[in-house]
This record gives sequence, structure tokens and C-alpha cells, in this order.
Amino acid sequence: MHCQRSNTRYSRRDFLGRTSLGLGAAALASLTNPLKSFGASSTMDLKVGRPHFAPTAKRVIYLFQSGAPSQIDLFDHKPLLEKLHGEELPESVRQGQRLTGMTSGQSSFPLVSSPFEFAQHGESGAWVSELMPHTAKVVDDLCFVKSMFTEAINHDPAVTFIQTGSQFPGRPSMGSWLSYGLGSDNENLPSFVVLVTKDKTGQPLYARSWGNGFLPSEYQGVQFRAGKNPVLYLDNPPGVSSQLRKRQLKDLSALQELQYDQIADPEIKARIAQYEMAFRMQTSVPEIMDVRDEPEHIYDMYGEDSKKPGTYAANCLLARRLAERGVKFIQLYHQGWDQHGNLPTAIKTQCKETDQASAALITDLKQRGMLEDTLVIWGGEFGRTNYSQGRLTSTNFGRDHHPSCFSVWMAGAGVKPGHTYGGTDEFGYRVVNDGVHVHDFQATILHMMGLDHEALTFKYQGRRFRLTDVHGHVVEDLLRV
Amino acid sequence: MIKENNLMARTGLLGMLCLLTLLTCLSCNQSEEISYSRHIKPILNEYCLSCHGGIRAQGGLSFLFEKEAMEAQTESGLRPIVPGRADKSEIIKRMRSNDPELRMPKEGPALREGDIQLIETWINQGAQWDDHWAYAQISNPNVPDLDTAWGSNAIDHFIYQKLKEKGLQPSGRATPDELARRLSFDLIGLPPTLENAGEFLKNPTNVHFDDLIDRLLDSPHYGERFASMWLDLARYADSNGYEKDMGRSVWRFRDWVINALNDDMPFDQFTIEQLAGDLLDVPSTDQSIATIFHRNTMTNTEGGTEDEEFRSMSIIDRVNTTFEVWQATTMSCVQCHSHPYDPFKQEEFYELYALFNNTQDADLDSEYPFLMETDSVQKDLRQVRAKILALKGEAVGDLNYIDKSEIKNLAHPRLFGHFADDFQHVLIANDGEFSNSSYNSNNQKDKKYYLIFQDVDLNDLEEIRYHYFCRGDDAVIEISLDSIEGPIISRTSMTSSPGKDKDWQWKSFPLEVSQNGIHDLVFHFINTTGDFRNGVVSVKEMVLGYQGEETTQALRSWQDTLLALYQGGIKSPVMKERTAALRRPTHVFERGNYLVKGAKVQPNIPEILNHEDVIVVDRLDMAKWLVSDKNPLTARVMVNRIWEQLFGRGIVETMEDFGTQGFPPSHEELLNYLAYQFSHDWNWSIKALIREVVSSDIYQQSSRTSANQLEIDPFNIYYGRGTRARLTAEQIRDQALAVSGLLNTKIGGESVMPYQPEGVWQITYSSAKWEAKHESDKYRRGLYTYWKRTTPYPSMTAFDTPSREFCVSRRITTNTPLQALVTLNDPVYVEAAESLGAWMTKQGQGDLKKAIERGYEKALLKKPNEEVLEILHGLHEESVQPMAMHVSMDRNKKKILAPMTVVANAIMNLDAFLNKS
Repeated sequence: MHCQRSNTRYSRRDFLGRTSLGLGAAALASLTNPLKSFGASSTMDLKVGRPHFAPTAKRVIYLFQSGAPSQIDLFDHKPLLEKLHGEELPESVRQGQRLTGMTSGQSSFPLVSSPFEFAQHGESGAWVSELMPHTAKVVDDLCFVKSMFTEAINHDPAVTFIQTGSQFPGRPSMGSWLSYGLGSDNENLPSFVVLVTKDKTGQPLYARSWGNGFLPSEYQGVQFRAGKNPVLYLDNPPGVSSQLRKRQLKDLSALQELQYDQIADPEIKARIAQYEMAFRMQTSVPEIMDVRDEPEHIYDMYGEDSKKPGTYAANCLLARRLAERGVKFIQLYHQGWDQHGNLPTAIKTQCKETDQASAALITDLKQRGMLEDTLVIWGGEFGRTNYSQGRLTSTNFGRDHHPSCFSVWMAGAGVKPGHTYGGTDEFGYRVVNDGVHVHDFQATILHMMGLDHEALTFKYQGRRFRLTDVHGHVVEDLLRV
Repeated sequence: MIKENNLMARTGLLGMLCLLTLLTCLSCNQSEEISYSRHIKPILNEYCLSCHGGIRAQGGLSFLFEKEAMEAQTESGLRPIVPGRADKSEIIKRMRSNDPELRMPKEGPALREGDIQLIETWINQGAQWDDHWAYAQISNPNVPDLDTAWGSNAIDHFIYQKLKEKGLQPSGRATPDELARRLSFDLIGLPPTLENAGEFLKNPTNVHFDDLIDRLLDSPHYGERFASMWLDLARYADSNGYEKDMGRSVWRFRDWVINALNDDMPFDQFTIEQLAGDLLDVPSTDQSIATIFHRNTMTNTEGGTEDEEFRSMSIIDRVNTTFEVWQATTMSCVQCHSHPYDPFKQEEFYELYALFNNTQDADLDSEYPFLMETDSVQKDLRQVRAKILALKGEAVGDLNYIDKSEIKNLAHPRLFGHFADDFQHVLIANDGEFSNSSYNSNNQKDKKYYLIFQDVDLNDLEEIRYHYFCRGDDAVIEISLDSIEGPIISRTSMTSSPGKDKDWQWKSFPLEVSQNGIHDLVFHFINTTGDFRNGVVSVKEMVLGYQGEETTQALRSWQDTLLALYQGGIKSPVMKERTAALRRPTHVFERGNYLVKGAKVQPNIPEILNHEDVIVVDRLDMAKWLVSDKNPLTARVMVNRIWEQLFGRGIVETMEDFGTQGFPPSHEELLNYLAYQFSHDWNWSIKALIREVVSSDIYQQSSRTSANQLEIDPFNIYYGRGTRARLTAEQIRDQALAVSGLLNTKIGGESVMPYQPEGVWQITYSSAKWEAKHESDKYRRGLYTYWKRTTPYPSMTAFDTPSREFCVSRRITTNTPLQALVTLNDPVYVEAAESLGAWMTKQGQGDLKKAIERGYEKALLKKPNEEVLEILHGLHEESVQPMAMHVSMDRNKKKILAPMTVVANAIMNLDAFLNKS
């Protein structure tokens, strides 16, 4: 996170601190810029720190459904499967695709139609299963992408891929890239905040999903937690009141200034500013976490869970509050979608935990006029198979990981509302039109935030890295013109 | 902020300044000798290489290698470069062309006229293609003469010469307190104690400073301090990294590094043992432990993952890491295609891969192969061993030596999976159970599953028994001699074991043919149908039944004890080369994809670095080459790392990249000088190198800054003043604990779990808890903190520690509000302030100002001035009442802090405290 953007002097020193050269404001003030003689004709990317072009989205709320929700049981309606239920997946459809080790040994791949009722909703007529009744009500605000595909077949590489653009650890996460590219709009809060549903099990989450990779650590996501200590170490020690802390920091500043007078290291001034920001966070964070001032009808909208701190619903509500206060990238994580077995029961629980609040977030943002410039994304790391993992019985089945197609939805900020983009074959096995690769998805999100995914780079190990590696195309057709 | 950042990132400030100077002098003197590597290559990199380089050679032209550029068979048929004739060289025409179809670069702005002129001059001078500075052999440069008495050693001479050129002067010496702190943090990572630095502080002579250097270099904490640097490079962590991120036992490696550094193990030996300790003749336990360096790669235990995929990823990581750590060369670019900018071809990556491709580890959950031992278990093992030998009526012999092969013999005639000397595809679990089961069995048909036990005594062997469990009826177990194709001595069709849960059964199989002599036993699982559910056999142990063998109850029981001890020992994953029969062939991965195999390659080292056609066959050859004088990079790279640790910036700032995209060295001659001395006169002694650097006058300069210095050298590139740098994450923690008297100075041992807020530790697949095993673990040095890759210790990541999922050459220092929250509020820091506060109060003996003065002095080695004292005293005054009020309001009368804690906490948050200057 970073916070000195409001002051150009600090932001200048900020980059210098980063290059470890340690020169700051004072020095710069007296420095005749040696770079000018090159500046005019240089091909450098001069755009980091502000958008490359006018954005349609000022902020992103990414509702990450970790573990990979089954598109076939939620949004990607496949009537053919009803006819072929229980029959073998034809080899002509599978075409030798790589399977995970969990089903690769199966001798039979029985197709499974969704046991859940599908219906078309809204003016847009989007297909949604009965598992998502609330989402069904807001479909005219959503843009479904049914043609997502990825390269990874296991959770860790796939989550890392969709979050960082590479299957292997080491790259910055999407939120880090955005903070690096755009800075912060709120000097009391970090620009990248992470909210994780409490007490869920399933795939573990990896700090690298919101990590800074090779970017400076100030760009990593800051996790806000439910409970007494929403940000680690936010609370003063026992006996130290806010008043006393204020006094202590005032004295500390005075002492730091004395030090500055002696050695004139601008880094000292920066430290003073960081302590001030820390102090402001001690007020602003609890304030944002304290949702008691929300009216009852808001709780009703998000559902009863929204009163329980740490639930997905409560986090959705918090996401809206953070968005209101100018946090640029808010990422929620909800685990538990990995239904290799027992899908019919387990997916119901997942939907119950998430459906109402996801929909409420859309409605709430809309009624506040914020959906206009807030991009909301819902989705996981890959899809699930159209055939059963393990035995298919009349009441039970599972679905394995499936990289060749999955569904996500996006809403708000320049995305076409009430639209469905891309499609899969009748078997729900692979994309047949308008495929959106993970890198395309990332390029498109950056684009909406006003960033050119090819120009947002950071040089590391002799190479300029990007979120989209050397790939990715903005999916123009998703965007409202 | 932006312009500078990117421009800097591209050429480095120094590079730009040089270029600026050069341009100025070129305009007045065209006869200046232009160097390809210094002047031309950076321009080509910037404008041309992305289309005419390692990834693409558009129009048939690439500038990556001299031959490619000078003898290019271009599509246009035109010669891009005609030495001596810029006017005939196509590239000049194209760069100046006004025709958008012809002008180069095709996209983006044209080259600057100054750059084109440079290239023109270079071509007219003959277009000589010289080596990039970093690939040239290291020679011993002459030390410049100085016209001043200033300077203690050669380093000062090199530095002074440049300073003078720039019209700068070195600064005076830092004050004794500053110097003592700087030196102490730099050498042992801890603040100085009065015992160490007292003499010097009282009487800051050179002799006393030298004495302080000696004390610190001799301190056992020296190894801990530099281990932190090395462990980032070694991507050392206590968990295996991917999804489940389970714990692994590698702390013996951390201790090995600390000990090696403390012993000042020469860097060449340090290198060889880590990269190839297992290939040395009769490797010692320590040399085996050293090879954990490359077992620090991540292991993926996620269900359904293909082990071969993640084994391949580990090998790729080993190549990249070796080349980053020892060669500062970014090989990761070369996985998928030739290097975009530096002269490395894609097949050269896989020639290096071939060197690493023959270790036994295979992404198994058990992290096999491992070394099993700890000191305490070793001790017990020795006693048990003596008992067994006595019962067997054999001489006890040297009690100090016991290893796996001896355990194998003592436990004889029982064999376990982890006694195997090599294996193919078999899964070997922690407890030695082995099987042909695997998650990814779709292609089981084509795989052979077997283990090899070397040197088994077959004399009088009558039967072989296994304790097994079999699923299905399709398995055959075949035991052959010496190789999988060798004579079969036992072949048995298995039938399905009863029971759903593993219901272990014993079965014995007579040998078909009796055998004599010592042979390798090959234990082969055959699944006749390839349907894995029908042919998986798990074997817990295998017993060799010898004729006339009488195993007494007592012997059997001691053997069981021995095995239990062995099983219960620390299992450190180590490198182990495969046996010759199982060597893996290596192919180029097309576009870096391990599933798409291209041409077969043999081990080799990249041509550009291989000055004397060194032939390498295995890791040991490669390690020896790295530290031979045939290698141009190793010494430079290591010297640069140490320099960076001491000055906050490397002579080459891009520590990780000495290639043409990295920054050029600020003091090339100095770097060469130190590298040459380090690898020759100093015999790779890191302590000698450090001693030389810290003995120089430039190291001991004051870091105060003058307006003149700021104007001429704002970034202190020429070292006209001392370095001021924030302490590292570990040092910030260690300092707080040391100054407050809480620090537990124990060295080494298992990683510890000090205080961490609840909810940070999330582990899904095990019941492991984050908790301090012993009270004293709470105050160990930072480097002993349990390093979990997916959720690293938050109060250290706030201060820029990496996750250690991959090799990191330099931590980028940031300055964030989260850091303030840590040092103000993290209970560890609050406890430190409390402890220091209590000490201050005691020292003050009722005199508040005296107490504060003592505390300040303890933290910063100097007395506060009157102004500082007043402010801190005022803070104490202001704290008394609100804190007392807090007590009276708190009904629970919970323990609260004393006002002096608030003062101590403020002192411990001073910029001067968090920095070394």
C-alpha cells in the first residue's frame, strides 16, 4: 500500500526509495534533472501512477469463488446433457484432453446433467439455475462470460494464474498491479484490500494471490479481518489511549524532525508521513468495519448473514463501504467450491452463502449510483467437468476440475449489462465461440481501469514484466461503447 | 515520479550520466573509440532486440550474436552492417528513413539522432564486437596511485579516483557511536554491546576499530547475519510451498549455512558442497545437508497433480536459481525461447537442465530422498547399534559412525522403501512403505515401477517375504538381479487382499533359483492390465529369509527399536543422484512446455561463459567450473552481494542481472579488483573480503550530506559519504529484543513460532498449530522464525522479507504505515519497550531524566541532547495521568503498561533507531 501520493514531493522520493538510491525530496529540489535531455524522445512508459486513458471503472470488487464453482449447475445451461445423462462422454468431445490425476484413472466418464432447474430471467433472458434466485433477479445488470478458459488444471497453479498471470509463484497479483499503476484515492486506507470469508475450509488461500511479487511490498493487498483486530497490529497496546498515542506520535515527529535537521535524509520525512497515516488508519479502519450505522433494510438486502462479521455477506457489505471510501481494488475470497463429490448438497450450501449478498451488492451499488464506475466480478479459477467424478448415482455425483470452459460474470463500470458473451458446445465441454483466455480477462479488467496491459510494466531481472505476460487481448465486445 | 523511475530502470542513472558525458565529448571529438558492449548494445537492446533478437529474428536479422548480425542472410538480401562503411550499412539507412514502410524501428518513435551517430561512428571504426564487461575474464587491475594521504586501502584508491574526477571529496569519519552501530549491524546483524564496542567508543582509534572488526567477525552471530542474505537466495523456507504448503524439515540447512559462514568456509567449497555435495567422494552428513540448497524448491502435494510436471518445475527453478545466485544471469528468459537480449540460446538452458535432471527426487509427498538423523537420535542409534552388534556377536567398532547403509545392515534382513538406492515411479512414503499407486495413473501402462536395493548378500537366501496389501488381481511382483532386465529370481502373481482398509498380509515367496554373491535387487511391480485399481500393491517391508538365520526375540526387538528411532529422526530432503541405469534423457521443452519435447540435449554450459571449452558431465563438474578461474562471473557476483550488504547498493545495482539489461557497474575496476583478490589472494574467504571493505575509509565515512554533494551526486553513486539504510526485517526485530534484554541468543535448531496474531496461520490439511514450543522461543532471532510460504510471518513481511517461494537477490526497501503499526503495536515490540522501560526506571533510581538518558544511550550508544531529552521527558509527563486514569477506569485491573514503556516505545521508533547511518 502506499499513501504519499497526495504530495508530489513524497511521490518523487517514493520512487527513489524504491530504487534504493535513497535520494529524496530535498535533494531532488536542488537537482537539475539530468533526465530531461532524454525525456522528449524517449519511448519510456511515462504513465505509471495514473491511468493511460480515461477509465470506465474507478474501482474493482472481485468476488473470487475459490475452488471453482460448477458452471454447468449455475449458469451454463446444457439441455443436451439431460438426454445423455449417464451416458459416456464421447471421445470425440474430450479429444484426449489432459485430466487431473483424480479422474484420469477412471474407466468411465458418465455425463451428468444438472439436477437443478434452469430458467431464463430478466429482459435479457439469461439462464440461471434455481440455486441462484437472487442473482437471477439482477441478471439485467450482469454480463455473463461463458467462454472463459484457462491453462491450469490444479487449484494452486490455476488460482495463481488468474490472480497473477502466471501459474508459478513470483509475479505480482492483479490488485498489486493496479495499486502500482494507479496509486491510491484515499490517504487513510490502503488501495488494495482483501476480505476472506471466515471459517471456510477447502482449498487453502495463498498470500501470493494478493502478494506483490517483485513489486515493492507497499503494493501488496492488506487483509482486513473480522473481529477485534481488523488490520494486524492496529490496536494500541493496553493503557495507551488514542489521545496518548497522538501525543506520542507528535513527540516522535518532533524527534524525527531534529534528526532530519542534522542529516537531511528525506527518507525521515517519509517516515513521519507513514506514522501519520498509520495513526489515521487506526481510526478509519475500525470506522469502516463498524457496520452498526447501516440501516436495517440494508441488512435485509444482504441477508441475515451480513450481521455476522466475517461471513461472505458481511464482507460484501464491507466491500461496498470500502468502495465508497475510494479503495481501488477490493478482493473477496470465498472458499469451498471444489465439489469432487457430493456436489448436489455442497453446492447448495455455497450458493446459500453467496447468492443473496452478491446480488445485493449489485443492487446496493446501483441504488447509490456507484455501479456506474465500480466493476464487480464474480468467478473462480476454472470450471468443472460435464461428467461425474466417481460413481454417478441417482442422488449423488461429483465434478472434477475443467480448464476448457467456465463462466464468470461482470457488472458495472462500462460492462455491457444484460449481456451474455461467448458460448460452449452442447456438451458443455469446450468453448465454441468468443473464447476469453485468462490473460484476455486480465487485459480487459486493466483496460476498464484505464490501463493498457501492454504498457503497465515493471522491470525486473532484465525484463519488463506485465500482468498478462506476453499475451492478452482486451475483449472489446464486453464493453459498453 | 514516473519518468525517472522508468528511465532509471532502463539504463540506470549511471549509464545515463555516462552516455550524457559521452555524447558531449562525441560532438567535439569523433575519434573517440566506441565500444560495442558499452555504447551500442544498450541502444540495440532498447530499439531493436525485441524484433531482431532471441525471440524473433524478423526479416532474418538478429543482433543477439555477432555472427547472426554480421553475416545475416536477410530477407531483403541487404547487409545490415558493413564494417567501416556506415553509408553502406542498411541499418543506418533504415533508422534515418522517412518512409514509414522502411523506417526502423517499425513501431514506436525513431532513434535519437545522437544514438544513430554513435552507431555510425562505431561502424566506421570497424564495427568491432567486444564482450560484455561481465563476460570478460577477471584480471587484476592496477591500483591507482593517489595524490593524497587519505585512504586506508586499495578500495579507497579506486573510489577516490572517481570522486576526484567528479569534483567531490570524501567525507570525514562517522562518529564512534554511528560507526559502532553500522559495523555491528553489518557484521552480526545486532546492535553493539558495551563488551564488544566499549573500548572503541571510549577511545576510537584505528587499532580499536580493527579490534572491533575482529571481535565481530569472530562472533557466532556473524554467521546468522549473513545467513539471512544467503537464505533469500536459497529460497529457504519451512514449508513446501504449493497448495497444501505442508511443513518440511530443512532447518539443518539453515544451520549448515550459519556454521559454514562462521567457519569462513571458502566460497568455492561453499559452492561445491551446496550444488553437488552428494557427488563428492564419500560425502559427509554435512555435505549431504548442504545439498538441501536445491531441495528448497517447492513440492506440489495437491491432489491430482502430475508429479512429473512439478519435478520439471523444480529442475527449471534449480537452473534459474543457480544462474541467478552464482552468475547473476537471467536464465528464466531462456526456458521458452532464446534470450531476448543476452547471448543465450534456448537449447543452452536445457543443456544446463540436463545437469540437474538426474536426481532421485520426484515431487513425492514424502520429499524422498531424505537424510534421516538428528544429533539426539544419532546418540540413541549408536547405543542400539552396539546392542545389536553384541547380540550378533560382532565387534562393535567405531561408535561414532552410523549411517543409512549401516542401519540397513543392522536391521537386516528387512528392507524398506527408504533403504532403496534408486527407484523409478514408485511412491515412497515417510515410513518407508512403497507402492505402485499414483494419483496420475492414466498412463500407468507405459511406466515401469521398481526399486533398486544395491549390494544385497544373496548367499544362503531362501525366500523373500513381504508385508503387503494388494488391490485387485492384476499385479505381479518380480524380483530380478542387478537390473530390471537381469535374471529373475522370484516372480509372483498377486491376488486381491481381503478387507477394504489396508489389511496387511504376509506372504513368502521361495526363490526360484538359488543365488550366491552380492548383487543389486530390483523389486518390480507389474500391473498387467494397466487398470490401476486392479493392480496396486503396497509393501510395508520386505524380509530376506536366510537359511539357518535365527533371529532371537532380543535381537528382533532391538532391531525394531533401531527402526523406530530411525523412522522418528529428522528427515531432511537431500539431493541424490540417480544410478547410471536410471539416468533421465533431457529434451528441449518447446516453448517451455514440459509436455512438448523437442531435440535431445547433452549436459553443457553456455558458450558465452565457457571460455576454455570446459566439458561438464554432472553437477559436480558444473559446480567446480563455477568457482574455477575459467568462470568470469562467480567472484564478481559474490563480491557485489557482499558490497550491497555493506553499502545498501551493489557496485552493480541490479544484483540479479549482470547481463546487458542490467545496470553497468559504478566502479568496474574496483569490482574486478575485489573479485580477483577474493578468488585468488584471499582464497575465497568471505571474512577477508568483508574485513577489507569495512577497513576502508569510505566505509567509515559520515553519512551527513552537504548541498554540494547532493547536487553533484544525489544518489551517492561515487561514495562521497557514508550509507544510510533502513535495517532489515530481521535486524529490526533482533535489535528490539537485544536492546530490551529479551533476546535469546541461542544459535540454530528447529525453527520457532514466536507470537503471531490469531487467524494468520491457516492450515487446512493438518492439525499443526502455530505455537511457541518453549517460552524462550518467543525471543529468538528473526531468522529462526518458522517460514511458511503461503502465509509468511506478517511482522517481517511488513519490512520486506520475501515469501521465499523463489530466489530473491535483493529486497526492495519500502516505507509503509504497516511498518509503523508493527513497531508501535506488535506485542513483541510492546514487550520489548516494556522491558527496556523497566530497565530505564531501575537505572534512573528515581531520576526520570537520568532514566530516559540511559535508555536513549542504550538504544543509540549516545546521550540525547537537551532538546531530545526535554521532548522525551515531556512525553513521560503526559503519559502518567491518562495511564493512571486508564487503570482506575479498568474494572478488571488488567495489567497495563507503565508510562516509561511509552517513552521506550518512542525511542524504539526513532528513525535513527530503525536505520544504520
